[in-house]
Amino acid sequence: MKKILWLAVLAAALLGPCLDLPGIESPLAVAADSSTAAAPAHPPAPKLTAADYPRIAGVNSRVFVWLAAQLHLWFAAFVLAVPIFVFIIEAIGMATRDKRYDELAYEFIKVSLTAYSFTAILGGLLAFGLLIFYPHLFQYLASIFKESMFYYALLFFAESACLYIYYYGWHWLQGGFKKWTHLTLGLLLNAVGTVLMFLANAWTTFMMSPAGVDAQGVFSGDAWAAIHNFLWNPINLHRTIANVAYGGSVVGAYAAFKFLSATAKEQRAHYDWMGYTANFIAIAALLPLPFAGYYLTAEIYAYSQQMGITSMGGIFAWLFIIQAVLIGALFLSANYYLWCGMGRSDGAARYNRYIKYLAIVIVGAFLVWFTPHTLILTNAELKALGGPYHKYLGPLGIMPAKNGAVNLMIIMTTLSFLLYRRANKIATVAWANTGNAIQVALFTAGIANILFISIYHGYFTNTVYKVASSIPQVLTTLIIIVASTVIDFLMYRGAKQVAPLHWGRVPDRAQYALFLLAVAFTWLMGLMGYIRSGLRQHWHVYGVFRDASADAFTPTLGYAANVVTGATIVFMALVIFVFWLSQVSGRKTPPSGYWKEQPA
Amino acid sequence: MKIFLKVIVFSLITIGFFAGFSNFGVPRIEPAPPPEEAELDLGAMTMDRFIALGGEIYNGKGTCTLCHNALGRAPLLDKTATVAAARLKDARYKGAAKNAEEYLYESLVKPSVFVTAGFGKAGTNDTESPMPDVSGGAIGLKEAELKAVVAYLQDLAGAEVTVSIPTGLGQTQTKEASAPAAAPRPPAKDAPTLLAQFTCTACHKVKGQGGVLGPDLSKIGATRDKNYLRRAILDPNAEITKGFVPTMPPNYGEQMYAKEVEMLVDYLAGLK
Repeated sequence: MKKILWLAVLAAALLGPCLDLPGIESPLAVAADSSTAAAPAHPPAPKLTAADYPRIAGVNSRVFVWLAAQLHLWFAAFVLAVPIFVFIIEAIGMATRDKRYDELAYEFIKVSLTAYSFTAILGGLLAFGLLIFYPHLFQYLASIFKESMFYYALLFFAESACLYIYYYGWHWLQGGFKKWTHLTLGLLLNAVGTVLMFLANAWTTFMMSPAGVDAQGVFSGDAWAAIHNFLWNPINLHRTIANVAYGGSVVGAYAAFKFLSATAKEQRAHYDWMGYTANFIAIAALLPLPFAGYYLTAEIYAYSQQMGITSMGGIFAWLFIIQAVLIGALFLSANYYLWCGMGRSDGAARYNRYIKYLAIVIVGAFLVWFTPHTLILTNAELKALGGPYHKYLGPLGIMPAKNGAVNLMIIMTTLSFLLYRRANKIATVAWANTGNAIQVALFTAGIANILFISIYHGYFTNTVYKVASSIPQVLTTLIIIVASTVIDFLMYRGAKQVAPLHWGRVPDRAQYALFLLAVAFTWLMGLMGYIRSGLRQHWHVYGVFRDASADAFTPTLGYAANVVTGATIVFMALVIFVFWLSQVSGRKTPPSGYWKEQPA
Repeated sequence: MKIFLKVIVFSLITIGFFAGFSNFGVPRIEPAPPPEEAELDLGAMTMDRFIALGGEIYNGKGTCTLCHNALGRAPLLDKTATVAAARLKDARYKGAAKNAEEYLYESLVKPSVFVTAGFGKAGTNDTESPMPDVSGGAIGLKEAELKAVVAYLQDLAGAEVTVSIPTGLGQTQTKEASAPAAAPRPPAKDAPTLLAQFTCTACHKVKGQGGVLGPDLSKIGATRDKNYLRRAILDPNAEITKGFVPTMPPNYGEQMYAKEVEMLVDYLAGLK
């Protein structure tokens, strides 16, 4: 026993200077002191003062960590999304034996390599930022998540190994069993990447909904409880889907740029096809994203009503108006791209007359979503209006109206997809008319149901039912998406083509819709990062570990938007650099006369 | 290069629009600063001030009105103190309180001991409350603050305030401290002091400062006469301004001196 104590004292003496920070009793120090008092195995969350936060003159600690975290997250999302995207494209190529898919997939995994380095560099910057400016917070989190942080670092080796073999072995592992081995490596790469993201999500969500600790922040020792905290799975789901959509949008922007720069017809056709495929994947992931958002928000409410109301009320209420503008931009640009893309098909003229109705409904739904509830007015305006709500527009500002609007927007986007899909086809099955009638009935009944639920439950029942009514609306939308896609797939199996698709026959302005999609996605991710973090208000770890720094206050929306804007511009510049590097690697300049001629 | 520049300019304009809309398209709201950890000075506190403190906590730090409002997320608490006796006899009650004061206190720290029908967590058949223990977590009310809220809720319901002001200094001091509570409150020396004593600005803006739960009073004198203002203080539910919900306590007429009511009416009528 005495030997163990001596060893503990020796270990504390050796490691103590590394681990001890003023104001925090390290676990080792506690162990060494166990002879004098029965100290707990884990200390409570420290109670800090502003003096406990180191400062560097001229550097705003919070903005530094904010920028590093946001840039790291964007690149991480990109390097996680691209392998998912590449894996899907490679699998489609294998299934269809269309080499174009394989070449497209390779073109993108090449970009991942440089982006991967940026992710690691920015991750290091974030870790150093936390260590320098928020050492007590970092130590507290490390004391709880030491195992997962350790394995996280080790998993990077696995991730790097998978990525390098996947990339460098692309041309080696071709054909038959070798191709399957290569695809399996891609799957492994995605699996490791996803586990990495889930681990990092655990640390972030622990700060929002701490688990495995008591009210004073004393850790119970159950690391799984801390990882598997209340908001872990909702964030995992939301980020996974969002990553796919984000990856698709960035790839789409790349294809759009290449399309605009291309002069040869074949090149334009190739990049048009690439842009369409990327946009398809982005929109396929964008459609379920609002549902994942609902789930996350519902779980935030279930975890803490106070946090839920903070997210939807006060300052953050206006954030959701900005979010509405951005998501409206995403939906409008995605639909616009599809409508422009119908020009590739000779048979699209049959459906062109419906486009204006789709546009009207989507814009109408966007305007409802965009309408604020309580207006901030001057006294005279308030008097003229008769209250803080507009008589007719005010009711459109509440959540039930927005639920209905967003569901309609999703349904109309699905309809755009179906019209695009069938534009160049003529169904040959005997039950084509019946199939069409079923689809019309499905959309009509579904839309009627959504309107009834959002109006009746939204305006004539109490809050509990108003919130709960979002679930049947979501289910209705999902049923419409799944059922109509299945019917369409069966109906157009073996369908006749009107004429071969004219890839490249798309206006240049459609490509700008793809740029808008990528830029809006990036900016939106930054904005939502602000609210996710801002929900903790003046807490490092919500309700357990208070933020006592000079920056503990919630920044205004405008300030946050400016930080996000700055970060977006930096990120865009880095992404352009990454894409440029991937192009440079393929260029060759003949160094005529530079090298000494070697005798044969 | 020309295409590259066009794409860059397009992207910057898009980003600029998002940033511009966030800065100029939505109201600029300064979020409230983090709450200060202030020590309560209970030694010189009167019962009226203690009740008012409960009201401030109820509308502020306690974040009670986030849910307990007319929107129906949680039950209104204006009558809870008077129905407490019935709750204690209810078969669904699972607590250990013996009187209304203990019941109210228990509801704050163990909200699931009795859940009002229809307000429980989904799927729990009203056996579990979604409300947190307000003595812990992000709200973290202290013992004296909890008691102040109980006193406020008793007063709000028009019930007898049985809470004694805690001192933490022992029984003798508690008695001494509660003695002045029974003594009549000295009238406020002016209207701003009165507004502060009765925490009116928790809900109303006066001279641009205050909450938004009630109508802005900064220029109320320009649109309302003295009779209207007097009635609005003594019987606030007689007429509700459009767009607002009836949350103002109806018993100011019993709490303010007649002289104070007139002083306040004159003051508000002068705000133009």
